[in-house]
Amino acid sequence: MSGTFVGMPAFPKAAQEAVGNPTLRANLRHATHTIRAKRAAAVAEVSDWAALREAGKQIKDHTLRHLDRYLVQLEESVTAAGGTVHWAADADEANRIVTRLVKETGESEVVKVKSMATQEIGLNEALEAEGIRAYETDLAELIVQLGKDRPSHILVPAIHRNRGEIRDIFAAEMSEWGRPAPEGLTDTPAELAEAARLHLREKFLRARVGVSGANFMVAETGTLVVVESEGNGRMCLTLPETLISVVGIEKIVPTWRDLEVFLQTLPRSSTAERMNPYTSTWTGTTDGDGPRTFHLVLLDNGRTDTLADEVGRQALRCIRCSACLNVCPVYERAGGHAYGSVYPGPIGAILSPQLRGTGSEIDASLPYASSLCGACYEVCPVAIDIPEVLVHLRERVVQGGPVTLEGNRTVLKPAKGHAAERAAMRAARWAFARPGALRAGQRLASRTRRLHPRTLPGPGRAWSGSRDLPPVPAEPFRDWWQRTNGGDAGEGRAK
Amino acid sequence: MSSREQILGRVRRALADVPRDGAPDGPDGPKKSDGPNRSDGSHGPGQVAGYEEAVAREYLREHGERSAAQTAELLAENLADYRALVHRCTEDELPSLIGRLFADHGTRTVLAPAGLDPAWLSATDVERVEDRAESTAHELDGVDSVVTACAVAIAETGTIVLDGGPDQGRRRITLVPDHHVCVVRVPGQVVSSVPQALERLDPARPLTWISGPSATSDIELDRVEGVHGPRTLEVVLVD
Ligand code: SF4
Repeated sequence: MSGTFVGMPAFPKAAQEAVGNPTLRANLRHATHTIRAKRAAAVAEVSDWAALREAGKQIKDHTLRHLDRYLVQLEESVTAAGGTVHWAADADEANRIVTRLVKETGESEVVKVKSMATQEIGLNEALEAEGIRAYETDLAELIVQLGKDRPSHILVPAIHRNRGEIRDIFAAEMSEWGRPAPEGLTDTPAELAEAARLHLREKFLRARVGVSGANFMVAETGTLVVVESEGNGRMCLTLPETLISVVGIEKIVPTWRDLEVFLQTLPRSSTAERMNPYTSTWTGTTDGDGPRTFHLVLLDNGRTDTLADEVGRQALRCIRCSACLNVCPVYERAGGHAYGSVYPGPIGAILSPQLRGTGSEIDASLPYASSLCGACYEVCPVAIDIPEVLVHLRERVVQGGPVTLEGNRTVLKPAKGHAAERAAMRAARWAFARPGALRAGQRLASRTRRLHPRTLPGPGRAWSGSRDLPPVPAEPFRDWWQRTNGGDAGEGRAK
Repeated sequence: MSSREQILGRVRRALADVPRDGAPDGPDGPKKSDGPNRSDGSHGPGQVAGYEEAVAREYLREHGERSAAQTAELLAENLADYRALVHRCTEDELPSLIGRLFADHGTRTVLAPAGLDPAWLSATDVERVEDRAESTAHELDGVDSVVTACAVAIAETGTIVLDGGPDQGRRRITLVPDHHVCVVRVPGQVVSSVPQALERLDPARPLTWISGPSATSDIELDRVEGVHGPRTLEVVLVD
């Protein structure tokens, strides 16, 4: 993945810093709790949610199982519709392709729709190095770009900023990038949005090249789909003469009809709306309407390696709705930056180490960035069992084992720094195997924690450093479990 | 080796453990689609072989039973919920209603697609601007309002869909001006649900699905209307 996050401290350290920042914590708490409550209501509105979720899961699994066929079919249909398809094995290749395509237009600036794939490959920086300026046009991405910052949420990238901070960023930085912020700008959201509107409109109206990602690609028809709310997507997809879309190969669905599932589950899961304000679909180019030239760059960049992992491949079902972030107690406190990857939260904790491998400290620590509470699985509209993959990846980090890296099967050595952690895990297993030793086990756990290297064992450390541990409940969990048969009511994990 | 071959090769090796049951392809490779939409609304042979069985579609085609009148009612409600301004009128009242909407908005110039029913603009003297391929985005930016028809409207989600038909024009005309008036024929153009809408739409055309005016919640999750698209969306349901 990109160099954007190079030099990030590993998750536990970054999380500890984030947890010590009360403004950030308040912003995050407000945001995640608001979206969480709204999402539950939006989901409750459709009686067939479970069936939609199951269909979404099956469509994606089927697609992944036949990904080679669907990629070829997509290429054919996009080409037949007047588009040009490019294949990029990694970030560098994708960046080279896009840079070349932009240069061929003779332009030195592009407008961009928010796209995780282009963040993942560090496209803006790559373009910059070649003298091409990329303007982010999503309001939150604009805030992030002007603030020389990194996004911290899939859907609301500037979730960590409050209105006062945004005002200051606009007032100080807009003139660097184009139309300056109006005099006497206040921090009301309406005024801030208006300032962004004026600043960006200037760019949209003169832009000749647009760069986007896509939420879905339909193999059968060659149609690409972008789901958004502000209209900046529509601007970038229709006003420029050339459109370049960079899309991960896992974003395929086989048929047009499949969209009926995801256009119902995605908006409700992400923004808790019945439908997002704007959805755009396009199939190649259309005479006299929209871009005259359309390029699709199909991006691998670790996706085929992820596909090779029998447990981990389900992460490729992800439709980037961000519901798992909003319910995650670790994300809520640590924030998105702590994950050190474009994909934060629970999905980031399983996707990033698979896309990038677990060679770096941050990637090796990500599978620990979870309390394994299972809330992420409950909300996921494509039923990715994130806890299952987390445990699988932890095992991989600790014990080593076979992995695929850049297409080659290899055997990963056990992570060095994790030797103590392994010992701790063995100790924990011993404790849990002996019911009578539970109390002792708890003491053992806290003692082994001190043995861990500084970067481990994940958020537990950061948490205990910044908050009091909750009191011990009157009824032990195991007794409660036996008494209530695991809570029995509601949606059980086991199907 | 090209990256294409490399990626496809990696995919195949990655799937070595997977039984390729319900294969989407016969011995001759993927079956070509002959288009996903038929007038009867079925998806027919557009699907690749084996795909039908691979996915259980036990979800609903629509949520709840409603009469045509109730469906239109729900559409109006959900549109309004997303802060679109909703109006209802008869065919005869439409020109004067459109005239009034322009007057209330202070419209002096209006963009109208070439195929728009001229009667709709017969009760107003605002200056009509043609939707021409040569117009620049800057020219469109100077226009006060746009009026279009739509392809289909979805009641359950409060969505109107434009497909670039002659009475809807190019995508950009409903994007750049700040005021969009969209006329929906009731009940003919109204469906209940997303699945029903997709059946009616042609994926070969560029589609724009609109649920309320442009909005952002990026600043402390406060919803603000109109960052880039039209800040005012008025939907007229014509009975
Ligand atoms: S993992 Fe599931 S819940 Fe999380 S972003 Fe992806 S689709 Fe949404």
